[in-house]
Amino acid sequence: MNKIFLVASREFKTRVQKKTFLLSTIGLPILIFGFYALMIYFQVKTTDNFKVAVSDQSKLFNGKIDDKKSTEVIFSFIDADTAALNKKLIEKEYDAYLFIPNGYNLQSGEPQISFRSSKALGLMTREKIENRINNALEEKKLLALNISKGQLDSARLENNAISFTTNDGKKDNETKVGISYAVGMIAGFLIYIILFVYGTMVMRGVMEEKVSRIAEVIVSSVKPFELMLGKIFGIGAVGLIQFIIWMVLVFGLQFLIPVLFPDVAAQMQSAPIQPGAMGAATAVKESGALQGIMAGLAEINFTLIIGCFVFYFLGGYFMYAALFAAVGSAVNEDPQDAQSLLLPIMMPIIFAMVIMTKAVNDPNSTLAIFGSLFPLTSPIVMMARVAHGVPDGVTVVQLIASMALLVLGFLGTTWVAAKIYRTGILMYGKKVTWKEMWKWAFKNN
Amino acid sequence: MHNILELKNLQKHYATQKAVDDVSFSIKQGSIFGLLGPNGAGKTTLLRMITGIFYPDSGDLLFDGKPFDPQNDFVHIGYMPEERGLYKKMKIGEQAMYLAQLKGLSKSESLEKIKYWFKKFEMESWWNKKVEDLSKGMSQKLQFVTTVLHEPKLIILDEPFSGLDPLNANLIKDEIYGLAQRGSTIIFSTHRMEQVEEICDHIILMNLGKKILDGTVTDVKQQFKENKFNVQFKGQPTALVSPIFTIEHQEKQQLIVKINEGYTSNHVLNYLLQQDVLIERFNEILPSLNDIFIHLVEGSKATTRAFQNN
Repeated sequence: MNKIFLVASREFKTRVQKKTFLLSTIGLPILIFGFYALMIYFQVKTTDNFKVAVSDQSKLFNGKIDDKKSTEVIFSFIDADTAALNKKLIEKEYDAYLFIPNGYNLQSGEPQISFRSSKALGLMTREKIENRINNALEEKKLLALNISKGQLDSARLENNAISFTTNDGKKDNETKVGISYAVGMIAGFLIYIILFVYGTMVMRGVMEEKVSRIAEVIVSSVKPFELMLGKIFGIGAVGLIQFIIWMVLVFGLQFLIPVLFPDVAAQMQSAPIQPGAMGAATAVKESGALQGIMAGLAEINFTLIIGCFVFYFLGGYFMYAALFAAVGSAVNEDPQDAQSLLLPIMMPIIFAMVIMTKAVNDPNSTLAIFGSLFPLTSPIVMMARVAHGVPDGVTVVQLIASMALLVLGFLGTTWVAAKIYRTGILMYGKKVTWKEMWKWAFKNN
Repeated sequence: MHNILELKNLQKHYATQKAVDDVSFSIKQGSIFGLLGPNGAGKTTLLRMITGIFYPDSGDLLFDGKPFDPQNDFVHIGYMPEERGLYKKMKIGEQAMYLAQLKGLSKSESLEKIKYWFKKFEMESWWNKKVEDLSKGMSQKLQFVTTVLHEPKLIILDEPFSGLDPLNANLIKDEIYGLAQRGSTIIFSTHRMEQVEEICDHIILMNLGKKILDGTVTDVKQQFKENKFNVQFKGQPTALVSPIFTIEHQEKQQLIVKINEGYTSNHVLNYLLQQDVLIERFNEILPSLNDIFIHLVEGSKATTRAFQNN
């Protein structure tokens, strides 16, 4: 045990002290975040004091679009024809103009209202202008149809007009299913990435020991099995630390968004507050959706999901890491050899990913149940089912069975891998086939 | 002196061949023991069994008088395999610390021993260098240090001098003598016969997985001598014909003779004196280990087997 710890701590230290570790653990998320921040920045960037001249030939708006006091887009009503307006645009008196032709028919929308700007509009500016004009038009239309605000509000069906429940009397709301879908997908995908990234890290570590010819020196003091386990534990610890740092960074950086982009935050808050019947309705709807998401999130059992995630993350990692180690031990100097030997290990991982995308939609299908029990696919597939909760997504019996099978699978692969590993790391200059690895594993050496 | 290691009918089979086939021998404590043999003779497999990396299929292995227990006895063994290396990206000091701790030394013990050996080999300034910056000879020195620093009772060195310049080779050679004097036993595996002749007390020759020769260097030479003598003389050579010996080779003032059965060197000398030959030198020609090696191994299928093994 002491020696496994020694090996593990060396594996851990050499990796954590590397510059690339710092770079990938802290630099990469910051880089990605910066990239996104930049994208958001350019998307939401609005021109301040965007002046729009409104020439209302059919006296539709009575001198004002809405009651909004905005400094971003300023509508000012003038009486001019298109030629004069174009001239004003060229002279940069205004940034854009809105022309409502004489005899504009509210119902048919003919002849068309035109909007012309001196240069192409930013996404957000365009949306803002479009929203305000559309809202104003909608309001006018409703008034023309003799429908009042109150009538409209009462006519709108709320989200909860129909009550969906499951057989056991539990509420089954749409947002919850949507959130379960997202959580399951993200968790499954994360485990998929973890298996690949840290699995190949173990493989490369073993190859390095073999290629640098240190393996035999080490195994004269440490049993090959201890060396393999130490390596797997050490790299697993690196993975766990890296993961925790990423999580902390992700949550930490999230709080930075409002600080960096006060505009975005303000807009998010001001968005629902829009005048008019329609605007009020959207406001209610949106805040309702938000409440729905909050309620949905509250209904999801995060203790269960995080608990399961850690279990399947570790279980899956240990199971596959042993296999990756076995492949690494069989490879010689040529890393290309690894490719063909890796294929049988990658197949179930990719297969699991495919089942997982099905399982998030239908957690109780036969394929999903099989995938979540079979130890080579269960770490990925089970996350999709667990996200739907117990017992909606997965029964307690199935969950326990899956966990037990994963532990058995882990013991099994480690046992097989250890036998391949102890022969493989001392074998030089020979290209190894799967047939030979099979022999190493199941015949006594 | 008692035996540090005893092998009794040790066997190890691979799928296609017997790598070690019924090998028995014993090694006295404090001796320098040479394990010889062509490539693929089974030396590495044998050494791996002695170090506990492989388990024998059958046979007994006694270490220090007790059945060999790799789990506990590994601390008394230092093994420098032929295929040896170091972690390239690790600092030299850390690497030595790691290997010492794997041998069961505590942190403080390791540090103390490493400092002692680094000082002895003038390697103190290397501590923070990386292994990849070392030359082959330098890393060889480091490997030797990490093999012996836990003061093992049994030190196994597989081709320890390959890649070393004469100066460093001598340094290591002196250390080997020193370690043997202090009670360590050394198993020395090599193809370089002149080194074996110089260093080893006792040798074993393996071929095709079997032990084919066992004894002290002088015994082995005696065993394979062909009763040849070298005679150097003054003056004009005369026609020398006698039933006592046959002349194998004749030069101006030198003869190589082979003594026939039933006669001794004194008979030759007597005869030469009677012939009034003025003798300057008379000495026995003993075969070199190299000759014995080639003589014994040649003709067997050692080469083909070596290829099969890889």
